[in-house]
Amino acid sequence: MHTKTLKQLSQDLQTGEYSSQELTQAYLTRIQQHSALNSFITVTETQAIAAAKQADALLAAGNAPLLTGIPMAHKDIFCTQGVKTSCGSKMLDNFIAPYNATVVDKFNAAGMISLGKLNMDEFAMGSSNETSFYGASYNPWADNTVTGGSSGGSAAAVAARLIPAATGTDTGGSIRQPAAFCGITGLKPTYGRVSRYGMIAYASSLDQGGPMTQTAEDAALMLQTMAGFDPKDSTSAQQDVPDYSATLNDSLKGLKIGLPKEFFDEGLSNEMATAIENAVNEYKKMGAEIIEVSMPHLKLAIPAYYVIAPAECSANLQRMDGVRFGHRCENPKDLNDLYIRSRGEGFGTEVKRRILVGTYALSAGYYDAYYIKAQKIRRLISDDFTKALETVDVIMGPVTPTPAFGIGEKTADPIEMYLADIYTIAINLAGLPAMSVPAGFIDNKPVGLQIIGNYFSEAKLLNVAHQYQQVTNWHQQAPKGFE
Amino acid sequence: MSLTTDDVNKIAYLARLGINPQDTKSYTDDLSNMLNLVAQMSSVDTDSVAPMAHPFDQVQRLRPDTITETNQRDSFQSIAPQVEDGLYLVPKVLD
Repeated sequence: MHTKTLKQLSQDLQTGEYSSQELTQAYLTRIQQHSALNSFITVTETQAIAAAKQADALLAAGNAPLLTGIPMAHKDIFCTQGVKTSCGSKMLDNFIAPYNATVVDKFNAAGMISLGKLNMDEFAMGSSNETSFYGASYNPWADNTVTGGSSGGSAAAVAARLIPAATGTDTGGSIRQPAAFCGITGLKPTYGRVSRYGMIAYASSLDQGGPMTQTAEDAALMLQTMAGFDPKDSTSAQQDVPDYSATLNDSLKGLKIGLPKEFFDEGLSNEMATAIENAVNEYKKMGAEIIEVSMPHLKLAIPAYYVIAPAECSANLQRMDGVRFGHRCENPKDLNDLYIRSRGEGFGTEVKRRILVGTYALSAGYYDAYYIKAQKIRRLISDDFTKALETVDVIMGPVTPTPAFGIGEKTADPIEMYLADIYTIAINLAGLPAMSVPAGFIDNKPVGLQIIGNYFSEAKLLNVAHQYQQVTNWHQQAPKGFE
Repeated sequence: MSLTTDDVNKIAYLARLGINPQDTKSYTDDLSNMLNLVAQMSSVDTDSVAPMAHPFDQVQRLRPDTITETNQRDSFQSIAPQVEDGLYLVPKVLD
């Protein structure tokens, strides 16, 4: 059962091939068998079995929604009422969320069964899942290899077939990069498409939740459930949600694909360039037209991001103060001591680095030179995309310069880790939607093709990804030992 | 751009963020490296560019001024480190 897609599982459950309880138990067993991957922070076995029982009753009654009874799991950044929501941090190790994120409510209403909470970089700050308080999650494709991050547990668990689908969040590449490293399909929607209510904030003008699945077809089903206006999120888009599955089979004849020349410069490994070229050739065979475009300000995306994201995080993480929830130090001698030691003990090194940089960038005398300057660069980058998307339907390129790297390989030099996000970060600054789709292997490690579209063009991206998955089978391959 | 350990201690205090004294040096180096990376932004003239705070230049949505939340004090305070009579407790601020 565990190799099946959401689409297939839904058909089986609706026709009574097996019950949700059987399916849920099968996945829970796999999660236990493969606990060495460290992809889960919390497994909610009791709640899952109870929910599966309810789902079976609904299915028996014969009018259950499409995804009823199918297991999934949430990145541990989404608040889940009555269940620990740690955000990968010691700071929230004791935090039992008192309410559900809107995304969690939506999946519950759709009848899906949450099996627990997935590992992630601390407060979503990291590109390898190694900053998690709970330790790194492991990539099922290769020994001692990172999953990518920050949604590393989500990617590893879907790749290892421990769950058929997961939620993730993407602030600078945190859905797409781990999806690429673990050989699964990931979609970062347009900013505002998916509610951020109850999704613990890192950088509020960049954060966006999205689905992580085996196939684009499944990503369409997940996004259908997640997307939509939420009055509880002040930046939620008031835009109709189309039927994402309805256009999956549209022809790509005449599709205009833009290839930014800056995506294929000296920073890209030869093997990666070849893999992306091969993928683009598949589109040519389907009748797509290839056009070179330019993103002259792309190289400034990382500098701008490392002002904007830390600035926003330094403000957002002020709420972790040891007073109302989360970690509190022992025997504080006064209020300042309480704040300083609670935060000093609760946060890890990477989170501290970003809070410090953000505090500095927002401090008196530096605000214009850093924060305002970064926002101006952000405009230039966004304009680059707008201009390119006037002439092409989608933009394609790599997700990462190389396949997944080794555990510990880049932890000594944070800057080296940051630079590896060059192809994903600019998309968040612009607020555009983008996908990562499995597109081959380098040394037995998966490679991701990135597909970027215009605002609210998720249906087009899913169509473009789905058509590729009709002529390739990269997305169907499971890592050895997890088939 | 290079910071001193004094700068970092000052920033850490502004952020109310405890840092082990033996780690101050490595934070100072990391922050200086990050600021050097960020300094690449000055290679572009942005005098005539309007800052972009947000992907959509939309105005803040308004809603009717009616109460939509219910009182959940007990539930919220059940996860607090220290409470008494519905109040959050912190060390004494005034003598």
